[in-house]
Amino acid sequence: MTAITRAEVEHLARLARLQLSADELDHYAGQLDVILQSVARVSEVAAEDIPPTSHPIPVENVYREDVARPGLDRSVVAAGAPAWEDDRFRVPRILDEE
Amino acid sequence: MAEMTTDLVRQPAAVLAKAMAEGEVSSEDVTRAHLERIAEVDEQVHAFLHVLSDEAISAARAVDSRRAGGEALGPLAGVPLALKDVLTMKGVPTTCGSRILEGWRPPYDSTVVERLRAADVIILGKTNMDEFAMGSSTEHSAYGPTRNPWDLERIPGGSGGGSSASIAAFEAPLAIGTDTGGSIRQPAAVTGTVGVKPTYGGVSRYGLVALASSLDQAGPCARTVMDAALLHAAIAGHDPRDSTSIAAPVPDVVGAAERGDVRGLRIGLVKELGGEGYQAGVSQRFAEAVDILTSLGAEVVEVSCPNFEYALAAYYLILPSEASSNLARFDGMRYGLRDGDDGQRSVEEVMALTREAGFGAEVKRRIMIGTYALSSGYYDAYYGQAQKVRTLITRDFAAAFEKADVLISPTAPTTAFRIGEKIDDPLAMYLNDIATIPVNLAGNAAMSLPVGLAPEDGLPVGLQVMAPPMADDRLYLVGAALEAALVDRWGHLLIEEAPEL
Amino acid sequence: MTTAHDTIAFADALKEFEPVIGLETHVELGTNSKMFCSCPTAFGAESNTQVCPVCLGLPGSMPVVNRAAVESTIRMGLALNCDIASWCRFARKNYFYPDMPKDYQVSQYDEPLCTDGYLDVTVETDAGPREFRVEIERVHMEEDTGKLTHAGGATGRIHGADYSLVDYNRAGIPLIEIVTKPLVGTGELAPQVAKAYVTELRDLMRALGVSDVRMEEGSLRCDVNVSLNRPGDPWGTRSETKNVNSLRSVERAVHSEIERQAAVLSSGGRVVQETRHFHEDTGRSTSGRSKEQAEDYRYFPEPDLVPVAPSTEWVDELRGTLPELPSARRARLRAEWGVGEHEFQTMVNAGALELIEASIAEGVDPAAARKWWTGELLRIANDREMELADVPVTPAQIRRVESLVADGSLNDKLARQVFDGVISGEGDVDEVVAGRGLAVVSDDSSLLAAIDTALAEQPDVADKIRGGKVQAAGAIVGAVMKATRGQADAAKVRALLLERLGVSE
Repeated sequence: MTAITRAEVEHLARLARLQLSADELDHYAGQLDVILQSVARVSEVAAEDIPPTSHPIPVENVYREDVARPGLDRSVVAAGAPAWEDDRFRVPRILDEE
Repeated sequence: MAEMTTDLVRQPAAVLAKAMAEGEVSSEDVTRAHLERIAEVDEQVHAFLHVLSDEAISAARAVDSRRAGGEALGPLAGVPLALKDVLTMKGVPTTCGSRILEGWRPPYDSTVVERLRAADVIILGKTNMDEFAMGSSTEHSAYGPTRNPWDLERIPGGSGGGSSASIAAFEAPLAIGTDTGGSIRQPAAVTGTVGVKPTYGGVSRYGLVALASSLDQAGPCARTVMDAALLHAAIAGHDPRDSTSIAAPVPDVVGAAERGDVRGLRIGLVKELGGEGYQAGVSQRFAEAVDILTSLGAEVVEVSCPNFEYALAAYYLILPSEASSNLARFDGMRYGLRDGDDGQRSVEEVMALTREAGFGAEVKRRIMIGTYALSSGYYDAYYGQAQKVRTLITRDFAAAFEKADVLISPTAPTTAFRIGEKIDDPLAMYLNDIATIPVNLAGNAAMSLPVGLAPEDGLPVGLQVMAPPMADDRLYLVGAALEAALVDRWGHLLIEEAPEL
Repeated sequence: MTTAHDTIAFADALKEFEPVIGLETHVELGTNSKMFCSCPTAFGAESNTQVCPVCLGLPGSMPVVNRAAVESTIRMGLALNCDIASWCRFARKNYFYPDMPKDYQVSQYDEPLCTDGYLDVTVETDAGPREFRVEIERVHMEEDTGKLTHAGGATGRIHGADYSLVDYNRAGIPLIEIVTKPLVGTGELAPQVAKAYVTELRDLMRALGVSDVRMEEGSLRCDVNVSLNRPGDPWGTRSETKNVNSLRSVERAVHSEIERQAAVLSSGGRVVQETRHFHEDTGRSTSGRSKEQAEDYRYFPEPDLVPVAPSTEWVDELRGTLPELPSARRARLRAEWGVGEHEFQTMVNAGALELIEASIAEGVDPAAARKWWTGELLRIANDREMELADVPVTPAQIRRVESLVADGSLNDKLARQVFDGVISGEGDVDEVVAGRGLAVVSDDSSLLAAIDTALAEQPDVADKIRGGKVQAAGAIVGAVMKATRGQADAAKVRALLLERLGVSE
């Protein structure tokens, strides 16, 4: 496993929507590297033919019946919103695509 | 009962419940006593983030009046409880120990809270925790650390340090914790209390703010094995709102706690969980407990789980991966903190500023590790491989449970360490969970209970009992037997030895 | 913005290049409740009134799969001749966007529920109908996002908006995504094949009852992939045009993208692998983000959900619920009605099959049912810019009108007026007849009076008829029809007139 660079940390922070400061980038670059080197131990295990486990206790086919029920009162929905306008959540402008 | 009314807060839940059922004391008295205790000591301990004084008293009065009206109530009716701040409770602040959720009041009850209400348990307040349950010390709470009642300079464990400290400090007889890698058991171990991680799917996760969905499990914290069993029975059982909830009857944990018998039980010592890296006093008290179990008629065998060696690495890939996705929703758009919205910045910038301001260092660290582990090009080597290791660990458990009915180990490699000691060394911090993590990866059930004080520092040592999935009752069978033998030896519960606050 | 001179004419493009097309179609399923929670799915509800902790992605909430959504997807897969997976999972697609409450979308990734099917479609050509087999790569389930409205700024569009508003009513509505394999060999018919495929999908979903596919409500959305290559060359770089939300747009999007890419390639340029956005108003697309800067979606199995593992018994049971599929039904109806291919295609194109079939089932003569639905009623629908199916005329009303025509109470012209009245909301057939006073005048004396008046007004015409010029009778008949406001039977007027004047045919 290769060492993680500051640029990679910057990329990860962008993917994860974290506006890290320059200091944090330096700090994390070192720490993440140590952590990732350590967890990379999993690669030492020969597990070619081993199926992955995504759920510890296997359960399958869990469904609910298609019956509609009223949800939350809109006043309750609005109460938690950082910004609310015209019965909707108000969010800052979106730049990335049309 | 004269003695009892003078010191209600030191009584186990089962004793309080019985006294209330027999009309010797009211739930209001019991609740007030605990609220007073909180007022008295929580400034030192800082177990609570939010105390529900008025709500608790009115709930207690309601229970009292229903009892007075002749209504038959459940076994924990009127008993107070401290709730980890990671579970939603309608209208009550739920922060998960994070700034990003400051002020958020969920519009719904978690299933655990619903069941507590149905059991007429009185919820005293919300307890402190490592931010989003990431940590083993509760130092990662955005609202300041919780202190260990045994030594206020030391950590109470984590992430559920608020819950463990609240019961160790006699602020509540019962608490709810959640355990993703040991967050119920390790705090129990370092505070001399009992904590149980039920089988994954045994207790509904609906309303439990997810850290790692495939690992998280809520469970009981108490000062006695019987109290834990009563609380376990109250909150467990199938929930159609949690798809991963197990649709099967809850094992008879209360019956097992009543029996407390290990005669003929095969108890496996896990070779890989002990020895090097474990504090001397921890190993000593653990060995003594093994002797007691043998003397009680258990058959002790050694088992090997070779892949446990890789559990920590697998865990610190799976957990951050799932967490990075689970915590994405905290973006400042719908609830909680929003930072930097000056009308000019874009949504992307505001999300990034909000998350930067709202999350603490450990959360950011794990989000980035998880983001990395799931990235295209790395998925197979990291997340995919970790899931395969998970399979191998589950197989190790299955093989071990062929030879033994339960497995045991020390719960944590050390007793409570000093606040600040490991805060800047994530890897050292992660090692606290080395013995508890395999159970979360495999999904089976485990308990930690106190087995004495380490001679070198006089701090509590915990023993972990592990059972196969849906054999949670075996934990109580062993736990109750061992607890009884120890109480016999000491003349009281270990927690009675905790210094006065 | 792409402008006209950046393209070359479609016909010229096809002389030089062969298109490869692919379609990803998202359709909202017509379930009562959402994909993972019990919130209602009704369209047009007030903002944020059909939301709950689950579809708002509130901390702690958890999804539970809607059984009907799984069943709809399996049925759709079966109708598309797909293999149904015996075990598959949901996955999280991670990316931040304010219309997505959890900042990940629960979808299916490498384990779709249905795979490897096909759908045969027919397009009209000058040389007659031609059939194409569109191979289906996969059919899977996912959840819809909320709806963004852009506020402030000049355009109302996302660019230049000051901020946006989010309504999460749509968030969590079940979507089915149907992905084709690359379709080759369509040549100049590519746009029509694309349109015919989406039309057929729509009809199939309606026939299965898995969705009513309300295009105007945005319940069907297509992403159109197009690449061009010179004959014999490997496939070219493809673009993906999003936002293609109507049948007409599917055709236009393929058409314009072929023109655009041909222009790029002909001038020695390179087609960029990118996402493009289609604009209904202009019929053209603009460049979005390029794949080079694409998000890393970090898919992983959704840990809050358990695998979907349909048993053979369940799949067989669902197979048993499949209705006659549209292609089989069309073949049967055409044979039953005994109509020519061209006439039948007209009915198909008009969306009249169900209506005609329902009218016949109501007892209307087949020829009359076809005449009304593809004639007058279609004309009204076109005038009013509405779908034929939305014309508020019922088969029972058609039967009533037809019976009135048959017994001579109405003629064809009056019948049309009756439908006009019904559609204008004047009531049922008999109410319109009474209200408008529409009835064939059959009373001889009043007709004779009208004939006498007309003869008196046109004495020269009367003389001509008397003189044996029977063909001049038309003018008098016309005047009588006019005087009776069309409510007379023209043949009867003519007969009475000739009798009155003592001439015979």
